[in-house]
Amino acid sequence: MPRWKLVANYTVEMRLLVVLVIMCFGLSLASDQFLSLGNLTSLLNNNAVNLIWAVGLLVVLISGGIDISFAVAASVVQYVAAYCFGFLGGGNWILGFLVSGLIGIGLGLINATLIHGFRIISIVITIATFNAFFGLLMFFTSGRNIYNLPSWWTSRIFIFEHQSANGTWSELNLAVAVMIGCVVATWILIRFTGTGRQLYAFGDNPEAARRAGVNIALMQAVAYGWMGMMAGIAGLMQVNIVKEVIPNALYGRELEVLAAVVLGGARLGGGKGSILGCLLGVMFVAITQNGLNLLGVSPFAFQMIIGGSILIAVSTSNIQIGSDLFKNPGKYIRTRY
Amino acid sequence: MTTDPEWVLSLENVSKNFGGVKALTDVSFRVKPGEVHCLAGENGCGKSTLIKIITGVYTPSPGAKLNILGKEIEHITPALAREMGISVIWQDLALFPHMSVAENISFDEVVGFWPKLVRTETFKPKVEAILKRLNVEMDLDEPIKDLPIAQRQIVAIARALMGNAKLIFMDEPTSSLTQSETNMLMRIVQKLSEDGVAVVFVSHRLAEVLAISSQVTVLRDGYLVGVFPTEGMTQTKLAELMTNLTLVNEVTATPDIDTESILEIENLSRENEFQNVSLNIKKGEIVGLTGLIGAGRTELAHALIGMTKPTSGTIKLGGKEVNFSSIRDAILEGIAYVSEDRLSLGLIQPQSIADNIVTTVLNRILTFMGFVSTKKKETMVNYWIKELAIRIGESSDAVSTLSGGNQQRVVLAKWLATEPQLMILDNPTVGVDVGARAGIFRIVKSLAEQGMGILLISDEVHEVHFNSDRVLVMTNGEINLEHNPLEHSVEQLESIVYA
Repeated sequence: MPRWKLVANYTVEMRLLVVLVIMCFGLSLASDQFLSLGNLTSLLNNNAVNLIWAVGLLVVLISGGIDISFAVAASVVQYVAAYCFGFLGGGNWILGFLVSGLIGIGLGLINATLIHGFRIISIVITIATFNAFFGLLMFFTSGRNIYNLPSWWTSRIFIFEHQSANGTWSELNLAVAVMIGCVVATWILIRFTGTGRQLYAFGDNPEAARRAGVNIALMQAVAYGWMGMMAGIAGLMQVNIVKEVIPNALYGRELEVLAAVVLGGARLGGGKGSILGCLLGVMFVAITQNGLNLLGVSPFAFQMIIGGSILIAVSTSNIQIGSDLFKNPGKYIRTRY
Repeated sequence: MTTDPEWVLSLENVSKNFGGVKALTDVSFRVKPGEVHCLAGENGCGKSTLIKIITGVYTPSPGAKLNILGKEIEHITPALAREMGISVIWQDLALFPHMSVAENISFDEVVGFWPKLVRTETFKPKVEAILKRLNVEMDLDEPIKDLPIAQRQIVAIARALMGNAKLIFMDEPTSSLTQSETNMLMRIVQKLSEDGVAVVFVSHRLAEVLAISSQVTVLRDGYLVGVFPTEGMTQTKLAELMTNLTLVNEVTATPDIDTESILEIENLSRENEFQNVSLNIKKGEIVGLTGLIGAGRTELAHALIGMTKPTSGTIKLGGKEVNFSSIRDAILEGIAYVSEDRLSLGLIQPQSIADNIVTTVLNRILTFMGFVSTKKKETMVNYWIKELAIRIGESSDAVSTLSGGNQQRVVLAKWLATEPQLMILDNPTVGVDVGARAGIFRIVKSLAEQGMGILLISDEVHEVHFNSDRVLVMTNGEINLEHNPLEHSVEQLESIVYA
């Protein structure tokens, strides 16, 4: 593939990359802390959970669906897993990944079953399960936090440590390694497997996929199951970072992640989206927030800027189509793509 | 395959019932290797049911015999049909717009339940070989959505060949192609046929189909009418076989209409679409406009109703020069445009018949408070249903429940309600059964008798010859001939248009 072609096929990603580079350059001039190792590692540590969710959500968006319930599902996984570990006599990391991954997949499959079984659009189902999961969680926990957790779960594990000349420590924790694992696994799934290709196809043109013999129920199960697994793993890592389980800690995080993934070029109608865009989208949101903090801007400005960025990103990617439509209306009338 | 079987596909005693409705009764259908075959019949005659049985989507009633390449097949599934070399190119092509050419062509290779590793690169040599065989060049990494429709069609054909197709069904392949694109498709079909790949066309464009295929199988109401060689077959004869009606084609032209002009166009041009078009429509006159697809007919209509702006020339309506900036202006001045694409543009399918009829004239059925008056609406709807003899259950039923012919009457009602002085009909019989077409033209004729001017645009030479007062032939964006149906025969007109 010639290089310009690569750029043309990843327009959104390339544009986002350019904006991100300019932003980093500007921030490094405006604040001498921005490019410090300490700041960069904490950026990664603080966003590992969001990135794990983001790649899960990317798979759902590619398949033409949407999921609102994943952040709350992660909280449910934390509680149920904490209970399970008590039952299993403490547990360990292997058991931890297994249990939280499986509970997450289970919750994802509830979404998939409802969406496929009743042929109801995913946004309606996942808003319903979002409320149901959260309501049940608050009901059974009475909103109580859990502090008494197995020590393996809450102990800090660093995969990278560095002490700079002035004595400050910068480190990367386990969540970052897990995040990298999740990103690579998702990348392989969507880019290099037949299942991934079928997910894109199903999101792009469901009827054509059905006629080609794609197993639709399987596609829904893979998409929401993968999202659920990522939600479960993210929940596990979140506990490792904050060392407690709070039922409403993750409530509301879903829209932030959704915004970042859409900003990264994933199409809400399905059939389009890349890992690169997904990573850039999350990092764009994270760096914006980080930059505003360093510059001492009010945190309320942050939401406004993210909202504005989404509007600009989405509308500029439509301008091309708009001008084409003006020149040649027939093309859009005849073909219904 | 060592032996060369006589038939690539042979079906016998195929019946299919849906509940109590017989969709197919004792039909047989055979295709020879490398043959170009046409499957003809009206809407609802069982064509698509037959294709779906052959490709394993439906199971036929017991007793059916299916033989592919000399092998008896007990139970056919979509996967088996594909494996045996039978592919269908659906009317909507069933491609994936955001995926690349190579990914689309190789898609069927990656379908499967169990996860497996795939890379598009590994398919590319085979994809390239197929495109080379079809004699086309294409950028394999281009997403489908950026390709023109003709190229997408080639992608769909290549996708069928990727699975080593021995028989390709093409469902309405030319319905959205221009003439040169159609010619290219026909060349490709010819090439496939020479390579021993049989092609079965399902199409309503009888002229084209007759030109390329060697055999035609006609179905009617789920029964096999017969298999006929296309040599010596005419469009009229084929239409009669399809409908079992003796279609009396009489020229309905009125000689020497001498009334004032409604529409006068002088030297109208629009870049790359049409040049120096001049035409004149009088009160009560039906002017036919025909020509090959892509000749600029629909483009001219779009300019007349203000959808596009002409680059030069004048349009006069009732003697007054007009310059529309939108369709709304054109409607207010008394022009109605019945579009070609009834399904997506002409009607709001899920809405009721009544709501569809009144959409253009909502402001005339309001109460003094500004709400829609149920009484006024009902009066208007009932008037038009009666006037156009639309056969319906209830006026509150969804439009999508009606047959093609009755849907077209609803479209007419909707536009007639605006009380136009000029009506532009763009291919008004697309998707309307041959038998129901006469009814539509009776309405058109009576509208002309009441003084309306009518521009009848159609692909089908027969339609304009028999139903217009005079016919204009458009070629490459110019009107270069006027044909008088009273003086010249339809064969003469045909020879000019298809020259």
